[in-house]
Formats: sequence, structure tokens, C-alpha cells
Amino acid sequence: MSFLELAWTILPKLLTGAVVTIELTIIAITMGILLGIPVALGRVYGNKLIYIICTFFVEIIRGTPLLTQLFILYFGLPSVGIMLSPFVAAMIGMGINSAAYQAEYFRGAIQSVKKEQLIAAYSLGMKQNQAIQHIVLPQMFRLVIPSWSNELIYLLKYSSMAYMIQAPEIMSQGRLIASRNFRTFEVFIVVALIYLILVLIISKLLDLMERRFRIPGL
Amino acid sequence: MPKVILKVENIYKSYGKLTVLKGISFQVNQGETTVIIGPSGTGKSTLLTCINQLTPPDKGHIWLEETEITNPETNINMIRSSIGMVFQLFNLFTHLTVLDNVRLGLIVVKKIPKDRATNICLEKLKLVGLVDKIDAYPAELSGGQQQRVSIARALAMNPKLILFDEPTSALDPELIGEVLNVMIKLAESGMTMVVVSHEMGFARAVANDIIFMENGVIVEEGKPDILFHHPQNPRTREFLHKITELYGGKSE
Repeated sequence: MSFLELAWTILPKLLTGAVVTIELTIIAITMGILLGIPVALGRVYGNKLIYIICTFFVEIIRGTPLLTQLFILYFGLPSVGIMLSPFVAAMIGMGINSAAYQAEYFRGAIQSVKKEQLIAAYSLGMKQNQAIQHIVLPQMFRLVIPSWSNELIYLLKYSSMAYMIQAPEIMSQGRLIASRNFRTFEVFIVVALIYLILVLIISKLLDLMERRFRIPGL
Repeated sequence: MPKVILKVENIYKSYGKLTVLKGISFQVNQGETTVIIGPSGTGKSTLLTCINQLTPPDKGHIWLEETEITNPETNINMIRSSIGMVFQLFNLFTHLTVLDNVRLGLIVVKKIPKDRATNICLEKLKLVGLVDKIDAYPAELSGGQQQRVSIARALAMNPKLILFDEPTSALDPELIGEVLNVMIKLAESGMTMVVVSHEMGFARAVANDIIFMENGVIVEEGKPDILFHHPQNPRTREFLHKITELYGGKSE
């Protein structure tokens, strides 16, 4: 069987894995945004207690490997009576992990919004939450896009670690196929190509997004 | 008796060991323009930000008409919405168009419906001569245009008083005129203004009162012709002399 024929036969199976990979990535990035923004706001605007809690979260998650975190969720939690399916464990693990990184990207973006603009907002009589909503957040989303694109690409690739806890993503599918047909080299070349195509699509999309939301003149 | 809009009484402000304001008192009548001059680093800008509490003073009292701004019970956001402020670096919202920059305060703070807010903004933008730029973003405008947008932003709130913090200091010389012309127009239309500036020509043209500040105190205060032509204090004379040298024949 030539490489192309082989690729064609294993593609459907690999694509079901790719769907899981994409699902995991989308859910994780969304969880990361929803959790990461409040953590970033807490680190910039929170009182001492909130700052400490948020910083603690960021440092612990960033200071430990994703794989260790996934193992704790999937193999560790059952010992305290919490059983998670591989997919759910992967989803939660990657979401929390991404939140810590995204919180830092968001924090950087928040802090690069010019202070003068906030002073102007206060001088108009805005409260802090109004200034954050109308001045800081809209600019933060634009400023964060470049580093955020990296995060999305990392996340897509690091979702391969979910293979280690048996989530049926693309690496698991590849391993399964290779263990049956022993054509490991070809199978993982196809897997690599699928990752590559997904990454290229994502960077193109984000590039368009960055241009679409660019502030004229800046 | 003219109505007093702003009354500042014995204001003190320190940053750590550095005392920036040491007992500043003055008042501004309705429709009048007070120009504050003095060497840099003498607390002029700090004084302005004390007035709208962006920098809360350590001691002293400030009133806007009958309301004491320095009273902790006072709703400071309400006060700020009726005191306009124009900054040296314009401080426009870079992600918003000219129209949205001017309109945001009306919608968010004053809760004015969008179409009515738009009409108010168009009127103010017409006044500063920028009605053809409503869809432009700040970074697409010259410094002079940006400063006029920020004046329109302050005006749109229908303030009782506008504070100008060195509004022309960051501008190229050929752009200063367009901003000063707008400010002169405002002063002549009866807006109450407190202006920190080194533009002696402007001060001479529209100021009702000049305050010379140095090292955190008011050294001398008076009508422009008296202060410019017969300054009592040697420091005032020296400062005016330096400014004249620097800005050429502007102060005759």
C-alpha cells in the first residue's frame, strides 16, 4: 500500500480524533478566557487578598507540568471519590492550565492600556468598573490577540498530552492504528500533517482577526 | 456680586517628604478665566487634579458652587462629570472614533439616550471645527485636532468649569494657534476656565485673573495688565522676563 493509499484509509479514523482535539482545544481556550480574565483583573485591580489568591493560582499552575496536572485529575482524583472521564479530565486540566497562561497575557494587555486614558475616564465621572468596561477591556482584547494566538496554537498541540490519560484525541487514534498496521512512521507523518494544517488555519484566522480589529492609525 | 463657581481654600498636598502644595487659596467667578503660570514642578498640575480629586489633597477645602468637593460624603463622580478636564497629552480613548470619544461620557455617565447624545456631540464638534472628522480615530489626527476633540469631550458634558492642564505644551508650534483659538472662543462665550499655561498671549487676551505659583505657594495674583506690567514680587518679574525671552516678543 502506497503512502497516499494508506493515508486515505486511515484518514477517517484520524479525523474523528482530530474532532476530539479541536473540541478539547475550543473548550479549553474558552474556559481559559472565562477564568483568565477575572484572574488578570484580580491581579491588576484586586485588593491584597484577591491579588494573593490570583497570583497563587497562576504560579501553581504555571509551575507544574500539564501532564502532571492531567494525571492528578484523572488518576489522582478517583482516590478521593471523584471519577472523571478522560475527555472531561482533559478538558478541565487544559482549561485551567490555559487560564493561568491567558491570565498573564491578559494582565500584560491590561497594563499596556495607557494610564492617561483611565484618568480621562475618571475625569468624566466614570466609576472604576465603567472605565474597565468601556476603556480597558475593549483595548485589552485587541492588544492580547498576538500572544493569544500563540496560546491557541500551543493548546492545540499540547492537547496531544490528553493521549496519556486515554482521551480519544488524534494521537490516541494514531497510536491505535499504528499498533494494528505497524506502519508507525507513515501514520504519525499523517498525524503531524493534520496538526500542521490545523495550526496553519488557526494562525491565518487569527491574523485576519488581528487585522479586522486593528485600531486605525495605531 | 458675581457668582463664585470654584472656591479653593488652603490646599496642602505632599508626596512622601515632598510637599507640593503649601496652602493654596483662590476663587473663580462664573464666566471668568483664571490662568495659572509658574516654573515647572511647582505643583500647578497637582493643583488642577486636586480640584476634581484625581489627586485628593491632604488638607484644605474646595467648593464647586455650594457643594464641598472635599467633603467625603460628596458623590465625586457626579462632581467630576460637571468639571471638564483637558490634558497636556489629550488622553483620548485610542480605540474609539472622535464621535465616540466625545459621546462616551454622555452615554455612560449621564445616561443620555444615544441619538440625543449624538446631537450634543455634533454641536460641540462643530464648535471646535471637527465635524468632518467624526469617524476618524485619534491616531489619525494631528495633535492640534486631538486636543480640540478633547475640548469637545469636556464641553459635551455641559460642565460648570473646565480645567486645562498645559493644553498646548505637547503641540508643535504651528498647531498651538488652532487650540488657543478654540479656548479664546470658549472664554469669550462665558465658559468658566482654570488654565495652567505658559501662553502669555492667551493669558493677556482672555484671563480675568493671573496666578503666579512657585514652590507650592501663590506668589502673586492679579489682573493681567497689573501682573504683567507692574509685578510686585521680584520672582514674578524674573519669571515673566524668562518667559518673554523664551517665547520672543509675545509678552511685549
